[in-house]
Amino acid sequence: MGHVISGFSPGEMMTVAAARALKSTDVCFVGIGAPSAACNLARMTHAPGITLIYESGTIGTRPTILPLSIGDGELCETALTTVSVPEMFRYWLQGGRITVGFLAGAQIDRYANLNTTVVGAYEAPKVRLPGGGGAPEIASCCGEVFITMAMSRRSFVASLDFVTSMGHGSGAGSREAIGVTTKGPTRVITDLCVLEPDSQTRELTVVSLHPGVTEAAVREACGWPLKIAREVGKTSPPAEEELRVLRDLHARTIRAHAGAS
Amino acid sequence: MSLFCSLREAIARNVHDGDVVAMEGFTHLIPFAAGHEVIRQGLKNLTLVRMTPDLLYDQLIGMGAVHRLIFSWGGNPGVGSLHRLREAVEQGWPCPLELEEHSHAAMANAYEAGATNLPFAVLRGYRGVDLPKVNSRIRTVQCPFTGEVLAAVPAIRPDVTLIHAQRADKEGNVLLEGIVGVQKQAVLAAKRAVVTVEEQVEELSAPSLNSVILPSWTMSAVVVVPGGAYPSYAQGYYRRANDFYIQWDEISRDRDRFRAWMHENVLSRGPEAYAVHARGRG
Repeated sequence: MGHVISGFSPGEMMTVAAARALKSTDVCFVGIGAPSAACNLARMTHAPGITLIYESGTIGTRPTILPLSIGDGELCETALTTVSVPEMFRYWLQGGRITVGFLAGAQIDRYANLNTTVVGAYEAPKVRLPGGGGAPEIASCCGEVFITMAMSRRSFVASLDFVTSMGHGSGAGSREAIGVTTKGPTRVITDLCVLEPDSQTRELTVVSLHPGVTEAAVREACGWPLKIAREVGKTSPPAEEELRVLRDLHARTIRAHAGAS
Repeated sequence: MSLFCSLREAIARNVHDGDVVAMEGFTHLIPFAAGHEVIRQGLKNLTLVRMTPDLLYDQLIGMGAVHRLIFSWGGNPGVGSLHRLREAVEQGWPCPLELEEHSHAAMANAYEAGATNLPFAVLRGYRGVDLPKVNSRIRTVQCPFTGEVLAAVPAIRPDVTLIHAQRADKEGNVLLEGIVGVQKQAVLAAKRAVVTVEEQVEELSAPSLNSVILPSWTMSAVVVVPGGAYPSYAQGYYRRANDFYIQWDEISRDRDRFRAWMHENVLSRGPEAYAVHARGRG
């Protein structure tokens, strides 16, 4: 995308902005990849009390490095407790104990539905992606959902090839119509901006632009005609402390994963 | 017949062409040694079941052992695609692969239904998503008390489940701890179960009265294979070889390189080759 902002990268801005969405009182189901970095950054900065949960069964985990998988030993060793996978999905997720699900995806549409299953037709896919894993029920059972993913026309698409997990369906009222009572996606944090669903239509709307990013740039990176709030905010740049903690975390992680053998 | 035996004997006795086989392990305790013995014995036409098929299933698929896969997430965690799985689905190489795809919640519930001897599992799931459109085994059931419509999936009942665990005592009672995944459910849901363990000990000395213990009489065979979960890990014994998971992306990308790797590291070796991984990585 080529947006080089002096002092920090768009990827760092995305992680920092995503971390800021979390509170110390949250109980958060953490997706792997970008969400994991954001959730642990939040825990290491402004939200030390946050409960992080990974689908491998680890509850209240406090890793010092980012796990490569959702089941690295580090997650279990630093957890308050580790439960079986059926217990995780039945008691804790379906049981309604989790306030925030933090997801990413390969594709997202204007109503924050996500695809991580296939590009192309399901029966004859151009690209077979890993699939839904925990996401379909994370999206429907958590109190609300945050999504973080980098923005491009390949990932922010007018129409999904496959709905792996439901956001706001085809717009306002979609969740309620099928008996889903949770809020669904309330915030999408990208490397360029922050989006939230419109209070009436539920269509994703840009509410804050990251430093140095123009309205034209976010429109260019989106595969549908993008709505931008009339009074769009400016995302605060990463504070020195946020950047330092994030960079230390990444450096420790790279050393640990490369040095495993 | 003795419960303890060689890996070759355990697989020959318990896994047959065309079987439904679950090799479970949620990142932790993945039964690589047992799965590699399945490849060495040239078993074919298997239906493999697993929530998180990763490198081991990529290898079985790439070697042409599998005709159907029941799963909920198929990738190299934190790294990317499984190239052998992708090529089987996208190009039918080395043979076409049928998929029965679920969500994690549904698979976890389906194993539990299998272990509880029920015909199906019920969950509040699959709402507003496309999987039920492409998987006719995802259906609905109405609650007889409230009228709520819920998702239903058939119980998983493997012919045989293969797992790896930390240790067994001399009677063959097995202990596993750490991230225990769905292994208990997968063993109790199956007709037969083969367990490889890091070591055999006089007494299990469970660190807690609530450790996961599978009694010897739930097993068909127990085999001591130190390092048998490598490049996955065994909590308390050795760590996950994240560097190998990263390297697999390159090894598996090309058919010829994949086959050469499998020949060198699986086909021409035996279970004793894992022992080196069991030491000095804790």
